[in-house]
Amino acid sequence: MSKQEQHWEKSKGLLMMTLAIWFVFSIGIFLFGAEMNEVTGPFGYPLTYWFTCQGSLGIFVLLIFWFANRQEKIDEEFGFSERGDD
Amino acid sequence: MIKGNFIDNLPKVYGIYTGGFLAFIIIMSIAEQMGMTAKTIGICFVAFTVAIYAIIGYLSRTAQADAYYVAGRQVPTVFNGMATAADWMSGASFVAMAGGIYFKGYGYMALLVGWTGGYVLVASLLAPYLRKFGCYTVPDFIGTRYGGNLSRFMAVVVLTVASFTYVTAQINATGTIASVALDIPFQYAVYVGLISILLCSMLGGMRGVTWTQVAQYIVLIIAYLLPVFWISNKMGAGFFPHFMLADEVSRIAELEAQFGFVKNSAENLKEVPKGLAGITKAHSAVNATPWAFISLALAMMMGTASLPHVMMRYFTTPSVKAARKSVGWSLFFIFLLYSSAPMLATLSKLSLIDPSLPTGIIGKSIAEVQSIDWYQNWNQANLMFVSDFNGNGTLELNEFFMGGKAVVLATPEIAGLPYVISGLVAAGGMAAAMSTADGLILAIANAISHDVYYKIIDPKAETAKRLVVARVLLVVIGFAGATIAALEIQGILGSVIWAFDFAMSGLFFPLVLGVWWKRANKEGAIAGMFLGLVSGAAYLVWVRTGGSGFLGITQLTFGIFGSAVSLVAMVVVSLMTQAPNAATQKMVDEVRIPAGKSILGKQH
Repeated sequence: MSKQEQHWEKSKGLLMMTLAIWFVFSIGIFLFGAEMNEVTGPFGYPLTYWFTCQGSLGIFVLLIFWFANRQEKIDEEFGFSERGDD
Repeated sequence: MIKGNFIDNLPKVYGIYTGGFLAFIIIMSIAEQMGMTAKTIGICFVAFTVAIYAIIGYLSRTAQADAYYVAGRQVPTVFNGMATAADWMSGASFVAMAGGIYFKGYGYMALLVGWTGGYVLVASLLAPYLRKFGCYTVPDFIGTRYGGNLSRFMAVVVLTVASFTYVTAQINATGTIASVALDIPFQYAVYVGLISILLCSMLGGMRGVTWTQVAQYIVLIIAYLLPVFWISNKMGAGFFPHFMLADEVSRIAELEAQFGFVKNSAENLKEVPKGLAGITKAHSAVNATPWAFISLALAMMMGTASLPHVMMRYFTTPSVKAARKSVGWSLFFIFLLYSSAPMLATLSKLSLIDPSLPTGIIGKSIAEVQSIDWYQNWNQANLMFVSDFNGNGTLELNEFFMGGKAVVLATPEIAGLPYVISGLVAAGGMAAAMSTADGLILAIANAISHDVYYKIIDPKAETAKRLVVARVLLVVIGFAGATIAALEIQGILGSVIWAFDFAMSGLFFPLVLGVWWKRANKEGAIAGMFLGLVSGAAYLVWVRTGGSGFLGITQLTFGIFGSAVSLVAMVVVSLMTQAPNAATQKMVDEVRIPAGKSILGKQH
């Protein structure tokens, strides 16, 4: 496999992982919204309510930064990152 | 004071600007103490902020194509994040979101999840790759990746339908705010709003819009957060509302159980002015089926990744790496406002319905409520209404009605904050609506001027002529939007959601598969865009004209049907026709790695 193909395989792996986490917190947990809301979540809010106000939203912010860092590492590993600037 | 290059001095420039704005708020509050009228304060806030944006717009004027279309591709990560957040958060987010949460609770909060979760798709599937491509507009990517004028033109059509639906709502919102703050009739206020919008974008294009959007973000976030924190502290609900309102949320649930949701008869509801609603849904309990919630969130997420005015903001970063990070910063800045909206809704609701609070009106006598100053003001503005349906002389929960906008606009006054806060909120709403309208009008005008005029009609046109065409289109599209907005056809929020559905119907899969599926070809993309948009629109018309719909897809989520058709059409047609040629395949390979030259040159 060429360097470029390996790079793309790894990038696809990262994409799948990112989308899996995204799926859990944007869709998965809301399949059980009613049941989950019986549980007390962070700061004392009902759990599902907390996810819709803060939880999922905050997780998405962190997920994007995590993804960006991982992808940068992959690019560097194969020597495909850009020179210099940020 | 400022030396050297503008870009290097950004933190300093916007630091001074923020300090200046805070000083202005303090001056206004002193003026209020000295007896300045509420009306004058409102005019000062709106006029002062709009004047600043106009100055920034003038200073950013340019005659360069890459500065006009992509701000010279030198906008730093964090500032691009702020600009995107302002671009993104519309008048609807600012004025109507807290109201939606207040009235509809959980079912509505699917929008919060959708409008933030979509950025994960933007960051992982599209933005970095389109940045590497080096396009000026979204149709530029479609046209070059798939080849041919027809695919480019179809992309322009989808983009225009989606963005135009969206922009009329934004011009409508600027008009509403301008008409209240400046006290002029709505049909004129719409054009005042439009002229303010054009002042930001006409001379500098994307460069002007970028630097005004950063300034607008600063105004709108201060205008949103300051009242939320102030109200929370004043009510004794908590110093930091986001972490401390659990008691208030459970108190609302307790009161809901105590009052019950009494259903009003159709006859009684006829008395209620149009656009006002009562509290009929639980605040924090799950009140929607999983599919209703998930389908709405999913439609908004895919729509987010397809809307051109967001995507084109990531064309302005200096590198692919910066584009990825910038998506994270965008969402962080959006998160600051979105996570505050539910807190505002909670504070607003509790302060109105809790009889044990001095501001609570439920349980008071109707006559007493009708004599409250703020009730009279907002009743006159057609945003509040009470009526004694059961004739017992006391206000019940089901007898109190409010407009969605009132949650943001009236809560500061109800909580007893000084009027300067209401002026600030008006300036914030204006900033939110203007920044989104600017981004959208520019997206449409750029697509038509670059992709239709320059790429299809006259590829030999000189830069100066191209930019004249771009500016003329900007004005024409702005006026067309304002004219339609002046007719007041749909509500603000409804048309915003439709815009997402249109965008995802026609553009989501052609964009995503353009990067992630090498086999996708021109015929497939054209079929996907055309059939996606047409079937989505047909579904909307069908449901609007009394059709029953299927699979629980409503007029708010018709994009799910449109995009499914688009995906199937694109895959089937692509596989039935020839694979893209070697040059195109190589182009896709190039797009997938950050290093190396962009596909399209710096000037194209």
